[in-house]
Amino acid sequence: MRDGKLTFGVVVFPGSNCDHDAYYACKKVLGHEAVFLWHKEADLRGSDVIILPGGFSYGDYLRCGAIARFSPVMREVVRFAHAGGTVVGICNGFQILQEAGLLPGVLLRNASLRFACKYVRLRVENAESRFTSQCGAGDVLAIPIAHGDGNFFTDPDTLQRLEDNRQILFRYCESDGSVTEAANPNGSLANIAGIMNEQGNVMGMMPHPERASDPLTAHTDGQRIFRSIIAWVGEHALVPEETPGR
Amino acid sequence: MKYTARIHVTLRPSILDPQGKAVEHAIATLGVQSVRNVRIGKFIELNVEGGSEAEARQRTEEVCRKLLANPVMEDYTVEIQKQ
Repeated sequence: MRDGKLTFGVVVFPGSNCDHDAYYACKKVLGHEAVFLWHKEADLRGSDVIILPGGFSYGDYLRCGAIARFSPVMREVVRFAHAGGTVVGICNGFQILQEAGLLPGVLLRNASLRFACKYVRLRVENAESRFTSQCGAGDVLAIPIAHGDGNFFTDPDTLQRLEDNRQILFRYCESDGSVTEAANPNGSLANIAGIMNEQGNVMGMMPHPERASDPLTAHTDGQRIFRSIIAWVGEHALVPEETPGR
Repeated sequence: MKYTARIHVTLRPSILDPQGKAVEHAIATLGVQSVRNVRIGKFIELNVEGGSEAEARQRTEEVCRKLLANPVMEDYTVEIQKQ
């Protein structure tokens, strides 16, 4: 953190394709700092927040996200997460976080077998997390999805734990907030679109908030997620790197 | 000694397999009516060295657990054959 600005570290794997969108949203739309972190370099370059962007890391070979988790940068991301650092995985980034063991469950092939690319509505299930504090509970956000493997699945015990610990952050819903099967674009268990870990510092979501941030796009609800993170990390920066003039 | 490992990675029975379902429908469209429960998985072949078959199997299974299969959704079987 520097002059009240956070540094977002956007990890770039071979095959990432939403890295520039995330960079643009953080830097140009929200006015914070952003750096690209090449996956071969085990260095987070002082990032306050890590974003694993969407795309097709390693061509989705073997399983989505399965190879990316062995990249050198991921060792540092896991260490950062275990130390309480804020980590966001979007789409393929969500899949990578699951493969890395930072988030529970898996994302199966869409039930329709089709790539789904459209705006969806998300109901905010927990507005007290560091990822959603600038939303209200029950708010409906308009954010696009673009994926072929976004069908969230986990075993019944894990689902119960997610519910009990309020780790489910977003569910696919209708515009009025009702959670229906028709509003579920991929067959996800319990309409789950985004979750966080038990400690509340690692989030994964299939929809793309970075694509709904610039006022030039149809919606800017994605900003509320970034602003939540900025507000939380800004307040909780434990050891400021520099304290000029104090 | 050198061994060949043949690995099948399959979706666990509790996991819905929409690909398998689509193929099942296609088979029915072919006019073949008696085919059911199509499940699609992966087949992986690799060479592995080990002092014994048991050791080669152990190495292969470690690779399966840590990389080739995701235990949340997949099972695997390993077949080891001396080269």
